[in-house]
Amino acid sequence: MDLKDKLVSSFLAFENRVDVDTHVHNVRSEAIKVFEEKGFPTKKEEAWKYTSLNKVLKEDYSVFPKQENALDYKDVKKYLIHDTDTYNVVFIDGKYSSHLSQTTHDGIDVCLMSSALTSPKYRLIIENHFNKAATADSLSSLNTAFSQEGVYIHIPKNKIADKPIQFINFSTGTEASTLLQPRNLVVAEENSHVQIIERHQSLTTNPVLTNSVTEIFTKKRAIVDYYKIQNDSENASLIDNTFIKQQRESIASVHTFSFGGKLIRNNLNFFQEGERIDSILKGVTILGDKQHVDHNTLVHHIEPNCESHQDYKGIFGDSSTGVFNGKIIVEKEAQKTNAFQSNNNILLSDKASINTKPQLEIFADDVKCSHGCTIGQLDESAMFYMQSRGIPKKEAKALLMYAFSNNVLNSVKIPELKQRITKIIANKLGVNIGFDL
Amino acid sequence: MLKIENLHAGVEDKNILKGINLEVKPGEVHAIMGPNGSGKSTLSSVVAGKEEYEVTDGKIFFEGEDIEELAAEERAHKGIFLSFQYPVEIPGVSVTNFIKTAINESRKAKGLEDMPAKDMLKLIRDKAELLEIDRKFLSRSLNEGFSGGEKKRNEIFQMAMLEPKLAILDETDSGLDIDALRIVANGVNKLKSKDNAVVVITHYQRLLDYIVPDFVHVLHNGRIVKSGGKELAHELEERGYDWIKEEAANA
Repeated sequence: MDLKDKLVSSFLAFENRVDVDTHVHNVRSEAIKVFEEKGFPTKKEEAWKYTSLNKVLKEDYSVFPKQENALDYKDVKKYLIHDTDTYNVVFIDGKYSSHLSQTTHDGIDVCLMSSALTSPKYRLIIENHFNKAATADSLSSLNTAFSQEGVYIHIPKNKIADKPIQFINFSTGTEASTLLQPRNLVVAEENSHVQIIERHQSLTTNPVLTNSVTEIFTKKRAIVDYYKIQNDSENASLIDNTFIKQQRESIASVHTFSFGGKLIRNNLNFFQEGERIDSILKGVTILGDKQHVDHNTLVHHIEPNCESHQDYKGIFGDSSTGVFNGKIIVEKEAQKTNAFQSNNNILLSDKASINTKPQLEIFADDVKCSHGCTIGQLDESAMFYMQSRGIPKKEAKALLMYAFSNNVLNSVKIPELKQRITKIIANKLGVNIGFDL
Repeated sequence: MLKIENLHAGVEDKNILKGINLEVKPGEVHAIMGPNGSGKSTLSSVVAGKEEYEVTDGKIFFEGEDIEELAAEERAHKGIFLSFQYPVEIPGVSVTNFIKTAINESRKAKGLEDMPAKDMLKLIRDKAELLEIDRKFLSRSLNEGFSGGEKKRNEIFQMAMLEPKLAILDETDSGLDIDALRIVANGVNKLKSKDNAVVVITHYQRLLDYIVPDFVHVLHNGRIVKSGGKELAHELEERGYDWIKEEAANA
């Protein structure tokens, strides 16, 4: 039985485990129909032209983990940003680990999706937001159909989350291969502010596939800073579907750091539903081996006087491959839009490749839109310059790559996170240099 | 200190240096002059270890050691410094962080710990003062948007920080106005000692009024065709290079 059939038939088993008499379950039932009809995307679809899921979908994934696993803090500490105070929500094989987590209901809500979906206290918020930002594409629908666990974050009006929230999904590999489908919801009410760090970490060489959906709502004047660390092990693949609905004068930023994993697909979608909105999409990708990362972004400018800023840097070594597909739609009403997009890439080897494609659909006539993409090699004259000052080749190369991704790193607003990312990059490049750029 | 014997070198299939002989001793200042395309910059790049250039014959000794197999950074660690004619812009790396990294990498190569931050700051401050460099300048991205004068001053600042045994100044005077030229030359003169040596590569005699050479060599068509004292530079300034070319052709 192929994975699609297996999933569709698993839905009945899933229904035995959840309350089917709810609004949420109606949404799930609709979603499984959509998935059944559409199936997994193939390379025939324009948006999937350069990314094939075939290999990843061949595994015989276990859909519901059979046993609960525990992890010791000391074994997972290194994956958490632990040198600053944060709220933590930790999942192990899709199950919540209370002993590694620190949630809260004090002023803000940082808790589990499973409780938010069932508790009457959150019913209104869930009804108004759950699956209201996600689109009905096949992978998001698949996630919606099985949506049950994940992170639920609600920041009330005028509240500032007192510390960053980080959540991390561990997979342990007790199953031969695991499919995880976390479902997250973030609602930042009017004039609130929150910083969120998301990470997926496999602790096994067994294959893991994560198909996650995160819906984020930024209400009037709210600010959401969202960071994704994608530095997973060699047999872990991730399909990240993130949908952000913004109301007037809100600012939402998503930084995506892609350093590891077998295959990563980021579907990042911004919908601007008000005036004077700012949307920020930034990313640093550094790959080697046969890794593959596909950034598929959409910014939908619907109302006038809004901005979007996209800046993605990619460094590709060995036989790694990258895709950047950035779509900007400016509706007829969205006059005075400022939309900027840039995608710069360095290829370190002859076998590495990148496909980059900007897509601008502009229906308004008074807008400023720019896009640019570059693909190059490391600057040899800069290498010699640095070497002649005593900086060895490997370090010189690392320094150039840092410099290349510097403006993205610099916009990370959590200092400990920035430090951590710098460290991951240094490890990745095999250097030990203490420079802080 | 530096001894070059019958050096032949080129890039791809093109021979540029066709038998250079040169000896530089500690405490000396040598000037290498010559018309465009005579091989001056190739000579400096080959000594500094640029990979694109291939040495086809001859030897380069630095303090008695054949350095042909050494990478550019290893030559730097031994004390060879090249001031670039066209310093490379490196956006995203500040002058301070660049020089910090360079110094600590050199120390690492010698088995030393990183220089303590306090000492580093003091050293940077002292050397910046020596070259009349504004502190704000140090936090800017390396060479990015620098004027010609700023770039060259920054080269000499790096030289002051790294304290090389042998400094090769490749066309350091090009693009400098008279004030910048004076500051750069003063800097070089202050750094000069009986233990280090300077090779000044230049097209014009102008810089040599400030950095006075002990020896002047004329490079033409990949060979040193004439050597003399500082008066040779004046003669070249007055008479140009044509007579040298003729002499070389008749020889």
